[in-house]
Amino acid sequence: MSEWLENHLPKVVLAPSFIAVLIFVYGFIGWTAWVSLTRSKLLPKYEIKGFIQYDRLFDSPRWDTAINNLYVFGALFIVIAMVLGLLLAILLDQKIRVEGAIRTIYLYPMALSMIVTGTAWKWILNPGLGIEAMVQGWGFPNFKFDWLVNPDYAIYTIVIAAIWQSSGFVMALFLAGLRSVDGEIIKAAQVDGIPTWRIYTAIIIPSMAPIFLSAFIVLAHLAIKSFDLVIALTGGGPGYATDLPATYMYAMAFSRGDIGQAAASAMIMMLVVFAIVVPYLYSELRAKND
Amino acid sequence: MTDLSMPQTRTRSQSATGKIALRWLLYVLLGLFALYYLMPLFVMLTTSLKSLEEIRTGSLISLPREVSLDAWKTAWSGACTGIQCEGLRPYFWNSVLIAVPAVAISTLLGALNGFVVAQWRFKGANIIFSLMLFGCFIPFQVVLLPMARLLGMMGIAGTIPGLIFVHVIYGLGFTTLFFRNYYVTIPAELTKAARVDGAGFFRIFWSIFLPLSLPIIVVTVIWQFTQIWNDFLFGVSFSQAGTQPVTVALNNIVNSTTGVKEYNVDMAAAIIAGLPTLLVYVVAGKYFIRGLTAGSVKG
Amino acid sequence: MKRFALATASSLAVLAGTSVMAEPQAEVLHWWTSGGEAKSVAVLQEEFAANGGTWTDMPVAGGGGDAAMTALRARVLAGNAPTAVQLKGPAIQEWYEEGVLADISNVAEAEGWAEVLPASIAAHMQCEGTWCAAPVNVHRIDWIWANADILAANDIEMPTTWEEFNAAAEKLQAAGIIPLAHGGQAWQDATVFEAVALGIGGPEFFKKAFVDLDPETLTSDTMVQIFDQMRTLRGFVDENFSGRDWNLATAMVMNGEAAFQIMGDWAKGEFLAAGKVPGEDFLCASTPGDGYLYNVDSFAMFDVDGDDKRAGQELLAKLIVAPKFQEVFNLNKGSIPARTDVALDKFDICAKISAEDMGASSANGSLLPSYAHGMALRGAQAGAITDVVTAHFNSDMSSADAVQQLADAVANSY
Repeated sequence: MSEWLENHLPKVVLAPSFIAVLIFVYGFIGWTAWVSLTRSKLLPKYEIKGFIQYDRLFDSPRWDTAINNLYVFGALFIVIAMVLGLLLAILLDQKIRVEGAIRTIYLYPMALSMIVTGTAWKWILNPGLGIEAMVQGWGFPNFKFDWLVNPDYAIYTIVIAAIWQSSGFVMALFLAGLRSVDGEIIKAAQVDGIPTWRIYTAIIIPSMAPIFLSAFIVLAHLAIKSFDLVIALTGGGPGYATDLPATYMYAMAFSRGDIGQAAASAMIMMLVVFAIVVPYLYSELRAKND
Repeated sequence: MTDLSMPQTRTRSQSATGKIALRWLLYVLLGLFALYYLMPLFVMLTTSLKSLEEIRTGSLISLPREVSLDAWKTAWSGACTGIQCEGLRPYFWNSVLIAVPAVAISTLLGALNGFVVAQWRFKGANIIFSLMLFGCFIPFQVVLLPMARLLGMMGIAGTIPGLIFVHVIYGLGFTTLFFRNYYVTIPAELTKAARVDGAGFFRIFWSIFLPLSLPIIVVTVIWQFTQIWNDFLFGVSFSQAGTQPVTVALNNIVNSTTGVKEYNVDMAAAIIAGLPTLLVYVVAGKYFIRGLTAGSVKG
Repeated sequence: MKRFALATASSLAVLAGTSVMAEPQAEVLHWWTSGGEAKSVAVLQEEFAANGGTWTDMPVAGGGGDAAMTALRARVLAGNAPTAVQLKGPAIQEWYEEGVLADISNVAEAEGWAEVLPASIAAHMQCEGTWCAAPVNVHRIDWIWANADILAANDIEMPTTWEEFNAAAEKLQAAGIIPLAHGGQAWQDATVFEAVALGIGGPEFFKKAFVDLDPETLTSDTMVQIFDQMRTLRGFVDENFSGRDWNLATAMVMNGEAAFQIMGDWAKGEFLAAGKVPGEDFLCASTPGDGYLYNVDSFAMFDVDGDDKRAGQELLAKLIVAPKFQEVFNLNKGSIPARTDVALDKFDICAKISAEDMGASSANGSLLPSYAHGMALRGAQAGAITDVVTAHFNSDMSSADAVQQLADAVANSY
């Protein structure tokens, strides 16, 4: 008996967490799938009525906007945050005198929730109160920065604030990566007279491939879950121009009492997550088996 | 350490002026980015020091004409969050009671799970790990209603243990990921040798792996603490009178539907609510980078 | 009849004997968390305590009650419902249909609520013939607020038709003043929209469109005209209106940057807080046209176990509708009492207008529920309409398209 226990102890240790995840993640996804096939309104009902909620979803112009916004926002946010994070990490890795302080400044937004910083961003981006008014006040009356109030551009202000919040974290990931690149190889390359930018593009950056993946995953998960940000900054407006799937789902489930519809939108969101995460997991596991 | 600040390929005369110019450019760039990151904090801080009168009449983005700490005092101990007007103070303790055990438990479980997945590779461990990792990505809005039901069935709805439970469950994915990526870099021979010497599972974990884990513990604790402290959605859904965390109180102060908005108090309250996480980042930021260095590269 | 007598008798016993039977307990979920609102609800708590009750506060602010409703769902699903919840409009009946509301008919009948509440407001408090909620106040939505000095300086009277309003606005615009202070948030767009709809379409039309959701009315020419007027109003708003909080828009009127604002009577609180005097510094009037749009806040009681909690519910219901609380609360909140027999001596001129109009419109059938504030329709339908209204107002969508989208959205919302 004790030998059995000794042999199986690792599995026994892992089991509670695994069972919890099975119930609280996969069980709940299953529950959501079920509810998405019902006509649940205020509270969940369990009588299956077919795919009506999905029909409604795809008929809704607001959902179209939300999904398109997710593509625009997700792509811009992930790419810019990664590029900026990498750039900042490289800049910070040049033996900067006050590195600790600067690093903290870049990193602190991650520590604050958007409920907190949303109002400040709202003022800064508002043309009448923030940057536009300030620059005009400096004597540039033609300066324009009115993205927040322009339905076609408002989604980009969400990108700006989202990058502000997360790029510091990405910088930290990359900085950690730069710090663990083998210094000997770089010294050798420098001795050989290889230009600095070549050292980065040919040696350092390729060696950080796993970090790009980690950063991508963290950012993708933030992009899909982005919720507080939109609520605090634009409330989904102007109109519903900055709605995202997460805000759509929340509005349906909790302010409109349309839980079936919310579940259907959640399922589509989960599909998007699945499409992004599964390739990552696949490559992650393959790398490990090598 | 990649020190590329002194490229040795250049001629001396070039490097003398070029180096200084580059250095300047570097610092200017870093400074500009620092401004971008500091701007919202600046707005929050200056607003919190102004009087309501000044906010109503003046520009929202300007230094206060008269510095006043009244808003801070109100936010901490006088602002109404309902019929009680005791500010954020009573709710702070709730958040501590929730965050500290939840962080500790999820970190410990993550360490054990990561240890198993990385060092005891039994059949199916990979699949179990990836299934757990996928749990990081479930949108929290999805789980609110079924979770409420289960908490009710378990009899911990509306209680602090209930909130701790929820945070532990949805923290497991990330904590397991962090520790697994860290422990995977430790050679499996270490575990094998220890087993040959007759050490058991917990013995190896406790005396060999845990002492090596400080950097990744720091990373995990920072991550989890930030997530849990800043959580609003779970806090508002699974609490009841007396167990509401500080984010719910902050939201109650900031979100007046049809009342007069006191922006200075809002901003002060926002900064106060964020202070613990800010402090963690400032104090432990250095270890954060070190921990990531140790853990992330070979992930 | 016998059953009625029995119910009355038992309710009297409960009311009379609360302190003997059980200490009244109430956990109250509400979203009045700050400033004047919090003070107003604190009045209720004090009275509750003075009558021997223990009040446990469960405040959840945000999104006009969205966050509170999220918490409520979680609590109900967990089988741990709060004792009393701030609920309003058809949401009361929706929750009743889920079978989770308690019946407070014995209190309502003992206190004679039916005699003191306007009929259409009383109807909101009833679920299939039983009383299931207690009204706190009446907010009027279709108000137009104005800066008195600006109107005087430009020789403008408070408009009584939308043509007059448009003429006045053009005059103001020519004089370099923003005619309409507005915050571009979906609910504010909807607030203006319903005021315009009531003004142009009239009470009959409003009821058909936003209470009955009659498809022909939704696509009628009148509806096109209403969207046309919204487009005109869009021209009277400054370019930075998007996302602005309503109180900042009020401040624009106060500071003389803008002349008018269309907003419910909570805007008055903002003027008063800044020391402005109604009738002198700022003017209030109903928006052009007939009728009265109300937003009634109320508390519903949830099914809970325990005599102490049930005693708490009865006491709370009784206190909420009692004249004393109705007066004090509404003086704080800027609204008017829901019951019609409260003396208004202490109320300001705007509140008196509101009360007078409420009586008159109740008599002629033009006392109507606000759709924008969740009084007329269930969440899904109201939300569908708001989506179209705000999309139209914030883009260059034509009125014809808007009307078509409106009908589609409503049809797709079931």
